[in-house]
Amino acid sequence: MASMLSVQDLHVSYGAIKAVLGISFDIDEGEIVTLIGANGAGKSTTLNTIAGLIKPDSGSIDFRGEALVGTKPHKIVSKGLALCPEGRRVFTEMTVEENLEMGGYTRTDAENAESLKIVFERFPRLKERIDQVAGTLSGGEQQMLAMGRALMSKPDLLMLDEPSMGLAPILVQEIFDIIKELNEQGTTILLVEQNASMALSIANRGYVLETGKIVKTGTGRELLDDDDVRKAYLGG
Amino acid sequence: MTFLTQVLNGLQLGSIYALVALGYTMVYGIILLLNFAHGDIIMVGAYISWIVMSKLGMSPVLAVILSVLGCTALGVLIDKVAYAPLREAPRLSILITAIGVSYFLENGSQLVFGADAKVVPDYTSLSTFQVGGMTFSFTAILTIAVTAISTIVLNLLVQKTKLGKAMRAVSEDMGAARLMGINVNTTISFTFAVGSALAGIGAVLYSMAYHQATPTMGIMLGTKAFVAAVLGGIGSIPGAVIGGLVVGFAEVAVSAIGLSVWQDAVVFLLLIIVLIVKPTGILGRPMTEKV
Repeated sequence: MASMLSVQDLHVSYGAIKAVLGISFDIDEGEIVTLIGANGAGKSTTLNTIAGLIKPDSGSIDFRGEALVGTKPHKIVSKGLALCPEGRRVFTEMTVEENLEMGGYTRTDAENAESLKIVFERFPRLKERIDQVAGTLSGGEQQMLAMGRALMSKPDLLMLDEPSMGLAPILVQEIFDIIKELNEQGTTILLVEQNASMALSIANRGYVLETGKIVKTGTGRELLDDDDVRKAYLGG
Repeated sequence: MTFLTQVLNGLQLGSIYALVALGYTMVYGIILLLNFAHGDIIMVGAYISWIVMSKLGMSPVLAVILSVLGCTALGVLIDKVAYAPLREAPRLSILITAIGVSYFLENGSQLVFGADAKVVPDYTSLSTFQVGGMTFSFTAILTIAVTAISTIVLNLLVQKTKLGKAMRAVSEDMGAARLMGINVNTTISFTFAVGSALAGIGAVLYSMAYHQATPTMGIMLGTKAFVAAVLGGIGSIPGAVIGGLVVGFAEVAVSAIGLSVWQDAVVFLLLIIVLIVKPTGILGRPMTEKV
């Protein structure tokens, strides 16, 4: 079976600095795949490149057999691929409702009304704060808003960049539970995390990135049990 | 002149500044560019009115429509040709480009129309009307009313429509807006269109009051409207209106007390004071670094 997303020999640089040096990986429909690695390993760069925000130097990205490289970000969203960016990046001066509306920008009002219902069911706290300006939400609420916003485009593949960053442990657990639930309901997930143990524990498969290269791959379980991975990313 | 007449004069002048300042503030809000060519767009609008009415002898209604449409198209064209290719360039490059566009428009129109002032005829035969024994200037009332309506419509557009919300999203975080599926370039073009349409309206109202088109008329008008935008807090729509009115009233007040030679100086003095006391302007937010 052809994979849903296929990245082949991807090279990305920022000016003279090479951030991603020829990585290849696949995601199958229905999977949770995680990219783990230290700061600067190239994880976020990879996601931003798939989303179309950065142009790669070379390599290919195919989503459902369609080449994505060179496609504008707003076109990529309408193909069913959404990125919930690092640092949440909610529109702080807009209300919760307006933020969610922006998430469904490529869709019709009727479709958005339906998605809004689903998002509010999943994140009841957002419904309570519907008219509140996003900048006044707590960090956890902002993360939920960022995820809800990404879900508004009804993505088939949801990319999450550091969703647990800066959150209290109890909220981290909640966010990971939600990711699992989303996946069980049919959304394929590509997850980038520094919290490697949490990410690997919910992932079907993982890839370990080191300075722009994939150095290891395996199922979530295998990587959790791997000695090198444990030493480098799981604190022994 | 009565006090009320002076207040109306202040409101009229302030309204024109406000309309022009709105264009500055909207473009700044979305791409952090001080569009120095904005004042020159008004100049082009005044010439369009002159061509339509004086040269072609067509109706004032057509002059208004073509001035507004012409300015709108020019604003979008300037963005596409001069600014869009520099979207990822350092901000200084695009700022210098804006100054270049401004010189291009000023010298281009001098080449085409000559340096002497062209007289823009009256758009309407109504000049004054009487209410309760008092005489009102029709142009003044029209200017104030049109500005009030434009501001309300603009506010509804920005707050309530999908494109308006997209403008706010792009202005806050362009990268995140892209991830939402917003076409950033279209949104920026739309912002230029709206800002330039307001400049077109401003051009008509200005010509109604002063009846003159010269290649350099946009410089002082644009600069003062820019002062108004900074005064109100650049990037803020209500700020631009407040700033415009403050500048207009200040000018009229200074000339009313017989110091009209000082009226330009007072506007810039106001700017200096605001920059010292509250650099972000009356309604400006504290500067936050964009990520």
